[in-house]
Amino acid sequence: MNKLTEAFKNKALIGFLTAGDPDIETSKRYILEIVRAGVDIVEIEIPFSDPIMEGEIIQASTLRALKAGTNVDKVFGLVESLRQKTDIPVIFLTYLNPVFNYGYEKFFEKCQKAGVQGVIIPDLPYEEKTEVELVAIKYDVDIICLVANAPKERVQKIAKSAKGFIYIVPPMGSKEENIEDLVCSIKEVSDIPCAVGFGVSTLEQAKKYANCTDGIVIGSGIVRIIAQYGKNADLKIYEYVKSIKEAIKS
Amino acid sequence: MSNTKFGIYGGQYVPEVLMNEIINLENSYNKYKNDPKFTSELEFLLNSYAGRPSLLYFAKNMTENLGGAKVYLKREDLNHTGSHKINNVLGQALLAKYMGKKRLIAETGAGQHGVATATAAALLGLECEIFMGKEDTERQALNVYRMELLGAKVHSVTSGTMTLKDAVNEAMREWARNYKDTFYLLGSVMGPHPYPTIVRDFQSVISKEARRQILEIEGKLPNVVMACIGGGSNAIGMFYNFINDPDVNLIGVEAAGLGVDTGKHAATMTCGRLGVFHGMKSLFCQDENGQIAPVYSISAGLDYPGVGPEHAWLNSIGRAQYVGATDDEAIGAFEYLSRIEGIIPAIESSHAVAHALKIVPKMNKDDIVIICLSGRGDKDVAAIAKYRGKNIYE
Repeated sequence: MNKLTEAFKNKALIGFLTAGDPDIETSKRYILEIVRAGVDIVEIEIPFSDPIMEGEIIQASTLRALKAGTNVDKVFGLVESLRQKTDIPVIFLTYLNPVFNYGYEKFFEKCQKAGVQGVIIPDLPYEEKTEVELVAIKYDVDIICLVANAPKERVQKIAKSAKGFIYIVPPMGSKEENIEDLVCSIKEVSDIPCAVGFGVSTLEQAKKYANCTDGIVIGSGIVRIIAQYGKNADLKIYEYVKSIKEAIKS
Repeated sequence: MSNTKFGIYGGQYVPEVLMNEIINLENSYNKYKNDPKFTSELEFLLNSYAGRPSLLYFAKNMTENLGGAKVYLKREDLNHTGSHKINNVLGQALLAKYMGKKRLIAETGAGQHGVATATAAALLGLECEIFMGKEDTERQALNVYRMELLGAKVHSVTSGTMTLKDAVNEAMREWARNYKDTFYLLGSVMGPHPYPTIVRDFQSVISKEARRQILEIEGKLPNVVMACIGGGSNAIGMFYNFINDPDVNLIGVEAAGLGVDTGKHAATMTCGRLGVFHGMKSLFCQDENGQIAPVYSISAGLDYPGVGPEHAWLNSIGRAQYVGATDDEAIGAFEYLSRIEGIIPAIESSHAVAHALKIVPKMNKDDIVIICLSGRGDKDVAAIAKYRGKNIYE
């Protein structure tokens, strides 16, 4: 069992933010607040100019981070400095072009060195992932797959090859049953943990999705607080994450 | 799945939420593309509604004036809605109808593809929503109204740089939200497979006609076939049926803006690097960190930071050649063709004409050049006047 899978012993809470929003130093502080509030995995976005998978809140955060001069090297620096304070599992979310441009070898070698256990690349579907995964495997980094509303056959094909955990993208306006069905299809072929990412920000959503999966990702909720409070969001972030953590425990 | 790429270019780099619908699109396209009912219905629309076949016009004055090769213009500007865009739009809109979709969405830069899509939606009784960068809606207010007149809803995109690439981002997001009843009608030979192939197939009617027409008129193939290139749809349409004729030189002319050394251009082939964006692996204008770079051209239709994967491939194997023309050169060609032939070309197409002005005089008198005149220039008149220091209302 690898470190990511292990983080799912209980209902896992994954906390997300964009590196460099409002700046790298503040991101480090906020990540430590998220960890203190009890998350099991930290998910850090390496900003890309055109995040086609994201809603408005995270798009805006990405642009703020780029404006602040964030690049791939600075994000690796952030994780390295975090490692002096915490050994919490860390994953990246980014788009393929920054990784491709950096060079797959160099990128995953640095992931391994900095202790990044997994990478989510939303514009890298099952059909294209081999070119990246061959390199990621070499450095023991999981390419985390996304699953969305698709025929069972496709969901299971993805699940069989998935590593670390599966990121479920809830279909628009989906109900708990839709997610349950997806999780069922996955569990028929693999015992890999499943977390719901995207679209979880309120306590109700958190409870609902945590009920039918192994964990949840909270992103836009945290990023919205950063947008509002800038460099003074420490306490607000802590309180928000803590409240979600408690809600999914009970 | 090797059929998704042209060499190393192309592919399907899209979010998982779209993959199922993209597979569905590919299957539907393969089912209908050779279905006699579909092809005859499309042919009827192209001929009776869009005005095909388009003329292959011998530009006698221009030929005499340049004193080199014979110049022919493939008159896509005479199509309904004023450009080659309608060829692809009618094909995809009909496919959408066959697939049972109720609604078309599309991105647009200057508004030509948006207007063509809104037109097809009106004709075929489909709902239509066009995504257009806020900057472009302000620069092209006339086209916004035109689309609304045709019954489309125009969605002003305020994310990112508020231009064409952001309009594509937003259209993809909307597609991911509503794929069940919605068809994304992509306007160029870009995006994830199967779009570059679908759009190329629908645009290849240009070279299918041109090849037949030139053989009828001249009894031989041309030496050079040329077209302007942004994403590359009129260029691939103009090239496609000549690719297997090794003696026909294929030349794509991209927007060099203020000059390729100024950083203010959209010359992807000259300055772009291999990358992955908008669903495809291809060449893109990007910064040293792999962030997509803002591009510039006086021509909104060429103002895109990438190029279609099949062009990147034709370039890599040396089958086609890609060169640039600056704003100044394109405007010179715009005015030249207006005066010498009485044809006002689109500022996009003027880039191809500009390169012809450079090479035609050096060619032999029995050589033949075909230029794809992808669109008409009425839409550009106000902008060119402004460039010349004259403010007129659109």
